[in-house]
Amino acid sequence: MSEAIRIDDLHKSFGANEVLRGITLAVDSHEVICLIGASGSGKSTLLRCVNLLEPIDSGRISLFGQEVTGPRIDANLVRRQIGIVFQAFNLFPHMTVLRNVTLAPTKVLKTPPARAAAEARALLDRFGLSDKCDDYPDRLSGGQQQRVAIVRALAMQPQIMLLDEVTSALDPELVAEVLEVITELAAGGMTMLIATHEMGFARDIASRVCFLEEGTIIEDAPPAELFTTPRDERTRRFLRRIVQAKRL
Amino acid sequence: MDANSPVSPGQPAGSFVAAGRGPRLLGGGGTGATVVSSVSTIVVLGILVAIILLAPGARAVEHAFFSPTDMWQSFIGNPRKGYYSVGAAIWLNIRMFLVAEVLILALALLVALIRQSASPALFPIRILATGYVDFFRGVPLILVIFALGFGVPALSLPVASSQPDVVYGVAALVLSYSAYVSEVYRAGLNSVHQSQVAAARSLGLSKSTALRYVVLPQAVRNIIPPLLNDFISLQKDTALVGTLGVIEANKAASIYSETVYNFSSFTVAAILFLILTIPLARFTDRLIERDRRRRLAGGNR
Repeated sequence: MSEAIRIDDLHKSFGANEVLRGITLAVDSHEVICLIGASGSGKSTLLRCVNLLEPIDSGRISLFGQEVTGPRIDANLVRRQIGIVFQAFNLFPHMTVLRNVTLAPTKVLKTPPARAAAEARALLDRFGLSDKCDDYPDRLSGGQQQRVAIVRALAMQPQIMLLDEVTSALDPELVAEVLEVITELAAGGMTMLIATHEMGFARDIASRVCFLEEGTIIEDAPPAELFTTPRDERTRRFLRRIVQAKRL
Repeated sequence: MDANSPVSPGQPAGSFVAAGRGPRLLGGGGTGATVVSSVSTIVVLGILVAIILLAPGARAVEHAFFSPTDMWQSFIGNPRKGYYSVGAAIWLNIRMFLVAEVLILALALLVALIRQSASPALFPIRILATGYVDFFRGVPLILVIFALGFGVPALSLPVASSQPDVVYGVAALVLSYSAYVSEVYRAGLNSVHQSQVAAARSLGLSKSTALRYVVLPQAVRNIIPPLLNDFISLQKDTALVGTLGVIEANKAASIYSETVYNFSSFTVAAILFLILTIPLARFTDRLIERDRRRRLAGGNR
C-alpha cells in the first residue's frame, strides 16, 4: 500500500497557544483514520494544516511522497488533491446547489460548464440530492447542506478527503444521512482523515483511531483495540467521560 | 393568539386575546392602518400648509418663490434675455452623476481592495490608500472642487490643465465620493465570513478567483442600500460643480434669479432634483425591505 499522507513532528501555535505539539502520523491510501479527543485538542487544526489552510511552524507534511510544506509549493495545486468538509458546511449562500458544486471544476480545472454541470448532477443524484440542484443552500436542511458540501469537495475528484466534525452542527435525526454518505465513500476506497465526536461511527468505519490531547497523539490503534483496551490512562479517562455522557 | 393555538388544560381559552388588533412588534398593516395613516397624513400636511399660507409674509414668499410665470420662464430659459433653461441644465447634472457613479464604483473598489490586502509588498500603496481616504473624507467637497477647478488649470500642464470646467468638477466628485464609498466596500468585504474564503481556497480557487466569485458578490449584496444612499447624495452634490461656472441646474437657476430678481427658478431646480432623487430613494427602500424579508424567511432568493 502506498502512503497517502505523512506528517512528521508537526508544530503549530496561535500566538502563545501551542495547539499542535509534535504530531507524527502516517496514513496509507484507502485508509480511514478517525481523530477523536476533546474540543481544543487540535483535531481541526491538524486537518487545516494538512490542507495548507494554516501555515505550520515546524515539521513537515508529505502527500504521496512529496513534501508540501516546503518552499515553492503551489498551495492551490495541493488543495486540488484534497477535499475538506467543514463543521459549518460553508456553502456559498449566493449560489444554487448546482453552482456551488460546479464553481471549482469550471474555474480551477477549466472543465467546460456543460460537462461540469452533468458531472455535478450525477454526483448530486448519487447522494439523493438531484431535486435540490436549483435550490439555494438556505432552503435546505442541515443534513442536505452537509451532503452538498461533501459533493462539492468530491467534484474536484480529490485523492484524500478531510472531514472536520461534519455532523457536529446537525440535529440528531439528520446525522445518519451524512454518516451514510461517508460510509459509502469509505467503501469506495477513499482515503480519509476524519475528526469526529461520533464514537460509534468511528468504531465502525475507521481502520485506525487516534486519540488527541493537548496537541499530541496519545494513542493510535485499530478501533477494536482503542475502544475496548485502551493502553494510556488519558485515553481511558476520555472514553469514560464519553460513556458517562451516553455517547458510546 | 388564534383559534388554533394550543391551550393548556385549566386555562380559559382566549384569555390572552387583546381587545383590538393583535400585538405587533414594529409597524403595522391592514386596511384599518391604511385609513389611519392617510387621515393623519392629510391632517399634518393641512396644518403645515395653513401655517405657511397664513403667515404675515405669505404673499411676498409666494411671489418670490412660487410665481408660475417665473417658474415657467426659468424652466424653458431665454438666451436673449440672458438666462439659461434650468430644465435643460439638469441634463448636465444627470450626465455628471452617471459618469461619476461609474468611476466611483471602480475607484472605490480598488482603494478598498488595496486597504484590505495583506501582502507586505503592497505596504506603501496601502499607506497611500489610507492617506487618500483620510484626506478626501476630511476635506469639504466644495474645497476639492475649487482646488481642482482653479488649481489644475493654473498649473499649465499639457493636457490636464486645458480641460473644460465640468471635467474638474466631476473629478472632484469622484475623488471625494470614492473615499466614502471605499469604506462602504470595506465594510461589505468584512461582512463576508472568513469561513467562506476558507471554503473557496480549500477547493483550489486562487485568492483572486475566490474574491471574484465568492467574496465580492456577497459583499456587494450586503452594501447595496448604503451604496444607493451615497448615490442619492451624489445626485444632489453635482449642483456644487456650478461654483466653477458650469451651467448646471443650480447655476442656471442662480443666473435667472440674478437677472430677474425672482427666486422661483430655485424652486424649479429643487423640484427637478426631487424628481431625480425620490425614485432612487424609493428603490432603496424596496431593496432594504426585500432584504429584510429574505432574512426573515431564511431564504436567499
